[in-house]
Amino acid sequence: MAKKLLKGNEAVAEAALRGGCDFFAGYPITPSTEALEYLSWRMPELGRVFIQAENEIASINMVTGAAVAGARALTATSGPGGSLMCEGFSYAARMALPYVLLNVQRWGTGLGTLDSGQTDYFKEVKGGGHGDYRSIVYTPASVQELCDMIYNAWDVAEKYMVGVVILSEAYLGQMMEQVEMPPFKERPDRGWAIDGTGLTGMGEFAKKTKGADGMKVKGEGYEQIKEDLQDWEEYGLDDAEYVIVSFGLPGRISIDAAKQLREEGIKAGVIRPKLVWPFPEKAIAKLKNIKGLISVETSDYGQMVEDVALYAKKYGLNVPVYLYAHGKGVPGVRIVRDFYKSVAAGNEKEVF
Amino acid sequence: MALYELPTNLKKHSLCPGCGHGIILRLIAETIEELGLQDKKILVLGVGCSCNANGILGGDDFQCAHGRASAVATGMKLYLESQGKDVCIITYQGDGDAGVIGLAETLNAAYRNENITVFTINNSNFAMTGGQMSWTTLAGQKTTTSVNGRDCAYTGNPIHLPEMIASQFDVAYAARASVCDVKHITQAKKFIKKAIQNQMDKKGYSIVEFLSQCPTNWGMAPVDAAKYVAEKMTVEYPVGEFKVKE
Repeated sequence: MAKKLLKGNEAVAEAALRGGCDFFAGYPITPSTEALEYLSWRMPELGRVFIQAENEIASINMVTGAAVAGARALTATSGPGGSLMCEGFSYAARMALPYVLLNVQRWGTGLGTLDSGQTDYFKEVKGGGHGDYRSIVYTPASVQELCDMIYNAWDVAEKYMVGVVILSEAYLGQMMEQVEMPPFKERPDRGWAIDGTGLTGMGEFAKKTKGADGMKVKGEGYEQIKEDLQDWEEYGLDDAEYVIVSFGLPGRISIDAAKQLREEGIKAGVIRPKLVWPFPEKAIAKLKNIKGLISVETSDYGQMVEDVALYAKKYGLNVPVYLYAHGKGVPGVRIVRDFYKSVAAGNEKEVF
Repeated sequence: MALYELPTNLKKHSLCPGCGHGIILRLIAETIEELGLQDKKILVLGVGCSCNANGILGGDDFQCAHGRASAVATGMKLYLESQGKDVCIITYQGDGDAGVIGLAETLNAAYRNENITVFTINNSNFAMTGGQMSWTTLAGQKTTTSVNGRDCAYTGNPIHLPEMIASQFDVAYAARASVCDVKHITQAKKFIKKAIQNQMDKKGYSIVEFLSQCPTNWGMAPVDAAKYVAEKMTVEYPVGEFKVKE
């Protein structure tokens, strides 16, 4: 199939529909709004439900109502909108409802700015809402990856009965790249959805299919997800001295930086998580004889760096963990390359 | 010959003796049975004493976050409709749920004229949490957060949800009922029937608020509580139909 030049937010919306999304509720918020705009005309064209809600609290609750009724439901937001939705995420998790959230991250606390950022790592990975739950969090680094990830997101959500987050970034949503759009997917029968009869809901389904994978969500379900879904791109890990861990656009840039460092004879390695929950701990487990780990992220104070340090400890890597927190935007290749050299030269202080 | 039989779709509940919820739930159960909607009914539940309605009306229930029932019902109805499913979606919420914390969700669903039925039970306090002041608490009424009687100059005045919706939005039906005596209970049932039938006839949004006695939190015997509704609450909250779309 021929590739097309598409904008991230519009491409991901079309890929969602091809992956079976048949319900969307959302509220406009930069830098995610193009997804909402695209779906507002595209979904009626396909006979699917689009609703512009009054706010993000209503959006996620509409998504919840549709999901329990059988929909492949989606909402999209950014920063402050995502905070409003946290109540709904917790309730959806309590009921083990499958749904997909597209979070086109902006940088910053409160209103933040419209710049790109990765400041929602904690919110998405550590729960966000009250209680004890996890969401499956994909971290695309290209428009193609953005499409591929959302295309399969409901299959994953329905298999494990867990919410799925596509953790995009402002620049990824706003930039254009060549994309090969996947074909429309046949929706598999999920086996349950409420319809008023009281006979086809999740409870009845659970009774009929005792031990079905999707029902064992709490505890062992999360362990199974960790086993099944870890995914990452790696570069130069075999003989790396320092390994950069970085996801999304900074991750893509870090690989370019490591390639340039290799050209200079510097043995740099990179782990680019394609999901940050479950975290690619299997990649950390493979590391041997490294001198340190470097988390490169567009937060202010470092968020993923804490997980990098925890997994390093888990696998007995007694090495310093450094942080390059770029703040808003996306770091250039030179910045990442120079930070690596500065670490290697002993000029940086480790954070863990 | 049996003079009265409980609707077959009504199960036992654990509400307080003398509480109006039990009467309202029985009326809803009867109406659902009479309209033949037992296999089409989804009860979308608010948080509060309305949680007690979980699982007692048969069919499907969905327990929402506090105040969000109208948004959940919107998503559910629009999706099932798109799938060609003819369902009856009823939200069942207290006054605190629908008219305080969920005021935005309630008004926005009415604003869009969603084809759903909203039942909200007004017992003039936050009953499940032990009787705090609600927006519906009467002027001068004592609650655990208005111990000297509600001072409306400080807290705002009692809120009139059905009147607000009837006057501002293009909905199918807005009414207030009471369950304080037989006459009103009979009338309440008629309102319930209209509010549900409207949805099945695709006429649009219907809301009925029920004035309901709360002996436990009012510190009254059930008979006195019913009298309080008749003599005090109906003065602030007139019973009747405020909007009937033909």
